[in-house]
Amino acid sequence: MKKIIIDPVTRIEGHAKITIDIDADNRVSDAKIHVTQFRGFEKFCEGQIYSQMPALTARTCGICPVSHAISSIKACDTLLGVTPPQAGINLRKIINLAQILQSHTLSFYHLSSPDFIYGFDAKKEERNIFKMMQTHPQMAKDGIMLRAFGQKIIQTLAGKRIHPDGLVPGGVEKNLDEATRDTLLAEIPNAIRISQESLAFFKTNLTKFQKEIDSFGVFPSLFMALVDEHDNLEHYDGKLKIIDSEGNVLQEHISPEEYKEFIGEAVEEESYLKSPYYKPMGYPQGMYRVGPLARLNVAKACGTARADNELLAFKALNAGKPVLNSFYYHYARLIEMLYAIEKIEALLKDEATLGEALHRTSKILKTRAVGCSEAPRGTLFHDYEVDKNGIIQKVNLIIATGNNNLAMNAGVKQVAQTFVNAEDVTEGALNRVEALIRCFDPCLSCSTHALGIVSSNIELRDHNKNIIQIFKRN
Amino acid sequence: MKKIRLATIWLDGCSGCHMSILDMDEKLIEIAEYVDVVYSPYVDTKEFPSDVDLTIVEGALSTDHDIKMIKKIRANSKYILGLGDCAITGNISAMKNLFGSEAVLQRSYGELADTNASGVYPSKIVPKLLDKVLPLHEVIKVDYFLPGCPTPSDAIYAMLRSLIEGKEINISDYTRFGK
Ligand code: SF4
Repeated sequence: MKKIIIDPVTRIEGHAKITIDIDADNRVSDAKIHVTQFRGFEKFCEGQIYSQMPALTARTCGICPVSHAISSIKACDTLLGVTPPQAGINLRKIINLAQILQSHTLSFYHLSSPDFIYGFDAKKEERNIFKMMQTHPQMAKDGIMLRAFGQKIIQTLAGKRIHPDGLVPGGVEKNLDEATRDTLLAEIPNAIRISQESLAFFKTNLTKFQKEIDSFGVFPSLFMALVDEHDNLEHYDGKLKIIDSEGNVLQEHISPEEYKEFIGEAVEEESYLKSPYYKPMGYPQGMYRVGPLARLNVAKACGTARADNELLAFKALNAGKPVLNSFYYHYARLIEMLYAIEKIEALLKDEATLGEALHRTSKILKTRAVGCSEAPRGTLFHDYEVDKNGIIQKVNLIIATGNNNLAMNAGVKQVAQTFVNAEDVTEGALNRVEALIRCFDPCLSCSTHALGIVSSNIELRDHNKNIIQIFKRN
Repeated sequence: MKKIRLATIWLDGCSGCHMSILDMDEKLIEIAEYVDVVYSPYVDTKEFPSDVDLTIVEGALSTDHDIKMIKKIRANSKYILGLGDCAITGNISAMKNLFGSEAVLQRSYGELADTNASGVYPSKIVPKLLDKVLPLHEVIKVDYFLPGCPTPSDAIYAMLRSLIEGKEINISDYTRFGK
C-alpha cells in the first residue's frame, strides 16, 4: 500500500514527476505522469498584435521554437490571405526539417543513447552524454555535430539558432544565395553518414532490449499525422489523417481548421498537461498517438530513397500494420532524421529555392485562422482569433506532446506493472519508467504551453492515494 | 586540477537557454574536461547536491516549488549564474503577471477544455502557482547575470572559460537583452 514518486524525471525536455500506486496486495495498480509547470500563453497572448505571435509563441519552447513559429506564421498567412512565393515555402520547409533533425538528434544522442550504450541497469552517474564523451567519443561527437548541422541551417536561413526571427507572415525574411546554399550542401554527405551509422547502431542493439520492446507502451491506439496529397510523410503542410491500430482509416483529408470537430481536450486535477482525445470516441477511449511513430504508421511512404528503404523494414515489424510498440519511437525518429537530411538536400537543389522569398502585405482579411504543422513530437495547432486590426482576441494551442498525454500515461502504467516490484524497488526499474517517457521524447516545457513542467520524482502511493514513500533515488 | 562542480537547472523557462548551452557544439567537449556536471536535466541525479561550485539557473520563479528549490540551490552553491532574460527580469515567463494566475488558469482549463469533469484546475500533486512570477534576484542573491533570449552560446562559453581561468571578462561584449 504505497506510492512511489520519481521527481524530477531527468533526461527529458521539461518538468515532470511520476507517481506509482501500489494496491493492498503490493501490486502496481496505477502509474501517472504529472506535468508540473504552467506558463499560460493562451491567456497572455491576448491583446498582442498578430505579427508578434511567431516570436512570442516560439518562446513556449527552446527545443522546437521553429515549429511554433511555423504554425504561427501559417496562421498569420491565412489572416492576411497571402500565400508565400515558392522560395518562401521551400525555405520554411528546410528550416522546419532542420529543426526536426536537431531535435531528434538531441533526443537520440544526448538524452536516450546512454540507455542503449550502458543498459537500463547501468549506474545513474554513467547514464549521460558526458560519460559518452569519455567512453564513446566519436559517437558523442557525431551526435553533437549532427545537431549542430540542423542548428546551423536554422541560423543561416532564419537568423538565429533558437527563437529565430526570420520566419515571418508571408514567407521568410531572407532570400538564399547560391554560395550559401553550396556551403550547406557540402555538409550533407557527412550528415547522411552519421544518420546511417546511428540507424545501424540502433538496429544491431535491438536484440538486447526485447523485454523493453515488448512492454514499453505496447497497446492499441489511434494514430494521427499530417500527410501530403500522395499520402506521404509531410511536416510542413498537408491534411490530417487518423487511423486505428489495425491500419483502418477513420478520417482523412481533414483540413486543420476543422480540428475541433475531431479533437477534444480533457483536464485532470493531477497534471498541468491537458489530455486531448479523439472526439467521436470520447474521453478517455479516444486515445491517440502522434509523433515519429504515428507519422510512419500513417504515411504510405517517406518520399526519399534512403528513408523509404528503411521504412520497408520498419513497416515489416508488424507485417504492414501499424507498429504499436512505443519503444520504436526511437527507431522511427532515426528514420525521420535520415529523411530530413535527404529532403533538405532535395529542397536546397531545387532552383526555385533561390528566388524571392517574401510576399509582403499588411491588411487583415480574416479574423480566425488555424496554423498546423508536424513538430518533432507530433501535430501542433495554433488557433487564433483577431479583431479587424489584427489584435489577438483568443488563442488555443494544442501542443505536439500534449496529444500523447493519454498514451504516455498508459505506457508508464504498463512499464511500472512489468518492472516495478513494490517490495524491492530497483534503480533499473525506475529508470525504465523514465525511459518509457523518453520514447515519446516529451517536450514538456512547450506542452503546457505551454502550460507547464513535468518534474520527475517517483512517488509510491497507497490505494487512498496517500504518499507512502518518495524515491529521490540517492 | 580540481574540476568545477557544475549544476544547471531550468525553472520557469522554455529550455531555450539550456539549448544554448548545447549550442557550444564541440566546445562542450572542451568544457567537459574542466567541469563535473553534478546536477542537470542532462544527467540522472535527482537530489540537488550539497557542495556545488556554480549553479546555472534558467527561468523565473513561478511556483512554490521553484521558491523552495532556489533557496536550496542558494544554500548549496558557491556561485549562482542567472542564465537568460527569464531568470534576470521574468521576461516571457512573467507575462502572465499581466492577468494574474486565476485568469490564466481559467482560460486554459475552464474555457479551453472540452472535458473537465471536476470543474477545477490542476491542483493535486502539481505545485501551486505564485500570484506573481518573480526574477531570481527578488528571492536570492545572484552572483552573475548573463542576459539574452536565449543567452548566446558564445557568451556562455566565454563566461565558463573565464571562471575556469579565473579571469574577468566584460559580458556586455557578448550579450544583449531580448536578443
Ligand atoms: S530567456 Fe528566452 S530562451 Fe531563455 S528561458 Fe526565457 S524565453 Fe526561453
